[in-house]
Amino acid sequence: MTEYNFNGQNCRGDKIKAKNLNFYYGSFQALRDINLDIPGCAITAIIGPSGCGKSSFLRLLNRMNDLIYGSRIEGTIELDGKNIFDRDVDVVELRKNVGMVFQKPNPFPISIFDNIAFGPKQHGKKSKIELEEIVESSLKKAALWDEVKDKLGQSALALSGGQQQRLCIARVLSVEPEVILMDEPCSALDPMATLKIEDLMRTLAKNYTIIIVTHNMQQAARVSDTTAFFMMEPDRAGSLVEYGSTSEIFTNPKDKRTEDYITGRFG
Amino acid sequence: MRNVSAKQTQKLAMAGIWGGGVITLLLLIVIIGYVLIQGLPGINWEFLSTNPKGGLSGEGGILSTVVSTLYLIGITLVLLVPIGIGSAVYLSEYAPNNRLTRIIRYGIETLAGIPSIIFGLFGYALFVTVLSFNFSILSGALTLVCLLLPTMITTTEEALKAVSYSYREAALALGTTKWQMISRIVLPSAIPGIVTAVILCIGRAIGETACLYVTMGGSAAMPSSLLEGGRTLSLHVFYLAMETNAMDKAMATAAVLIIIIILINALTNLLAGRFQKRLKGIS
Amino acid sequence: MTRYFTDKLAKYIVFISGFTAVVILLLIALFILREGLPAFSEIGVFDFIFGNVWRPGIDQYGILSMIVGSIAVTVVSMIMAVPLGIACAILLAEVAPSKVRSILRPAVELLVGIPSVVYGLVGLVLLVPIVSNIGGSGFSILTASIVLMVMVLPTIISISEDSIRAIPASYREGALALGATKWQTIKGVILPAAKSGIGAGVVLGMGRAIGETMAMIMVIGNSIAFPNSLLDAARTLTGNIALEINYATGTHESALFATGVVLFVFILLLNSAATVFLKRGSNAQRLG
Repeated sequence: MTEYNFNGQNCRGDKIKAKNLNFYYGSFQALRDINLDIPGCAITAIIGPSGCGKSSFLRLLNRMNDLIYGSRIEGTIELDGKNIFDRDVDVVELRKNVGMVFQKPNPFPISIFDNIAFGPKQHGKKSKIELEEIVESSLKKAALWDEVKDKLGQSALALSGGQQQRLCIARVLSVEPEVILMDEPCSALDPMATLKIEDLMRTLAKNYTIIIVTHNMQQAARVSDTTAFFMMEPDRAGSLVEYGSTSEIFTNPKDKRTEDYITGRFG
Repeated sequence: MRNVSAKQTQKLAMAGIWGGGVITLLLLIVIIGYVLIQGLPGINWEFLSTNPKGGLSGEGGILSTVVSTLYLIGITLVLLVPIGIGSAVYLSEYAPNNRLTRIIRYGIETLAGIPSIIFGLFGYALFVTVLSFNFSILSGALTLVCLLLPTMITTTEEALKAVSYSYREAALALGTTKWQMISRIVLPSAIPGIVTAVILCIGRAIGETACLYVTMGGSAAMPSSLLEGGRTLSLHVFYLAMETNAMDKAMATAAVLIIIIILINALTNLLAGRFQKRLKGIS
Repeated sequence: MTRYFTDKLAKYIVFISGFTAVVILLLIALFILREGLPAFSEIGVFDFIFGNVWRPGIDQYGILSMIVGSIAVTVVSMIMAVPLGIACAILLAEVAPSKVRSILRPAVELLVGIPSVVYGLVGLVLLVPIVSNIGGSGFSILTASIVLMVMVLPTIISISEDSIRAIPASYREGALALGATKWQTIKGVILPAAKSGIGAGVVLGMGRAIGETMAMIMVIGNSIAFPNSLLDAARTLTGNIALEINYATGTHESALFATGVVLFVFILLLNSAATVFLKRGSNAQRLG
């Protein structure tokens, strides 16, 4: 199996392209004909009512849906021009390169330091000095360093919800991804913690491609550069209704369904 | 009138229900109490540090039986723990939802229901005779591994299942291989549960008699190798009761057994509590 | 990279260990059948199972008296254990305040952990003299049944308690809201709903009872004569195997393995019955 090297050109052009993507759980079609180009070094928001397949789509981007028995896709998803579902793609490397932050913060039941050092260790980094550097820089990038630098040996579970989520972001950063997927990262957090994470996202977007699924439209409007609106069709398959720059979508939507959703007529 | 008789029936029923609880408790108290009262006086340093004379005399202590029991449990665990954990990991992390897996689970369930004496027959046929290990601690241990495997697998699988799925997701999303995720995150998190499983198996092993009676021989002497025969503490109680008149020694040995079981029970409960707390530390 | 190699290796090793239990089960069945077959063919299955003379010295191998011994002990002990066990289970699941539960439940757990020889010993020292005052030598089916009752009790209690606990609260609330007393609720609603689970517990308890060996040897007298009353001494199938296997040879040895086959088949049937009970229970709850 040849190793696929991601080209490290994070900020040029479109980082991820979904082409004629259809996704099935067994015989149930969850996504229909998705065509979507996601720009590099920007924040793309995916919005839409519950059940429209936003999270399913997100999880295809790092092939977490491979874990679900009976799932299959048609079409392609290209990362830097290479289809991530090709046979010669190393899924483990893909997931290092496309990181994910989950809805509910899920730090491991170990110390803060060990949480961040975990990823690099599995990828072969062993020297104590290297790991300490990585932990410090990741925590700094995640705007958490000052709050925890004196208690790196403490259990990560002792942190507040917002801190735990920033820890999870630091953990993702420690393996040096190019893309960060965020699945409703603030839905379990209070407003103050949410704002901190939104600030963090904007800082990170200078160097990383960020894709965020959110059911909070105001958040999408605040934070993202481009927005994709998904909706569930009558047969319960999700499809892409409209996609464009965030300002366009929110001030001048072209599709009536988009307009209805944004103005709160349903969802 | 109707209400009165319904209330009376209720009173009667409640008396029966409470009676059931009281009788059960009394049974426990009588059994443990009697053994401890009769047996504790017989426990002294000499009892614990000398070997039983064996044969019909019933004189002596329990030292060699303690050593045999320890050897037995040691060898049993060496095989039981890796195989049990391996099977549990397979069932919990790898096994697809298909007929083959159902067969495996059926096999484990069935094995769990087979009486100890049948394991004894099996051990006698395979280990003692065919493999020529003869009546020995080794034969007993191998037989015990077969007997205890379902318990080890089932309890370990519970411990693995109790580890939150979100940890597995988080690890895989960081770019780990499946085995890295299992060995570095899942298994370490499940250790208290696994330790509970091991202690549970030790408790059962200590109390086991039938399958060991027909595979270990009954030698009361201090074993000097695993291929020698021996008797465990539990078996010693049996031999004393059936072959000698030394009921006082039997009671004393039984008292030692009961104390060990009480300690093991307490330890298991303590660990189970810690395990719950550790997993509840997250939400 | 080595971590990919380890990943593959682990997958294969774990897959193999998954099969260990099945392999052991098959080996047990194989060996016991192989060793027992000569006896079945020489003695004839019918004569073996229904012959009531067991005297290896003169080549007589009929296990009927031991089948009767095993069944008698099992039945009598279950007759005592089931009502007692269910009562205690109801107490733990429905009636007892948490303080009582915190004493009683560990007590039941402790009963499970006590080695069978200790039960046998107490039976031998305490119970045998008492029963001998009623009649016989004290070593009897009755004595063994009482000992077995205590050993089987915790199984029935815990499984029944779990089944009762599994009944959704809505059942209780519905009955109480209609003005039923607590007992009427238990008797009319909860017990019928928990019937399958309790049935499974009883069947599993029976399996344990039939399989018990050492404690039985200590108090049942081990007589190979056909028992005629509860106060007679007897011998169980399990006890027979344990007492004679280590010195038996030839047809005698094979007959003991054949006894093992009989036990094995019987236990398999019992376990299947328990599974059927449990399945029926969960189906009923899903529909109801």
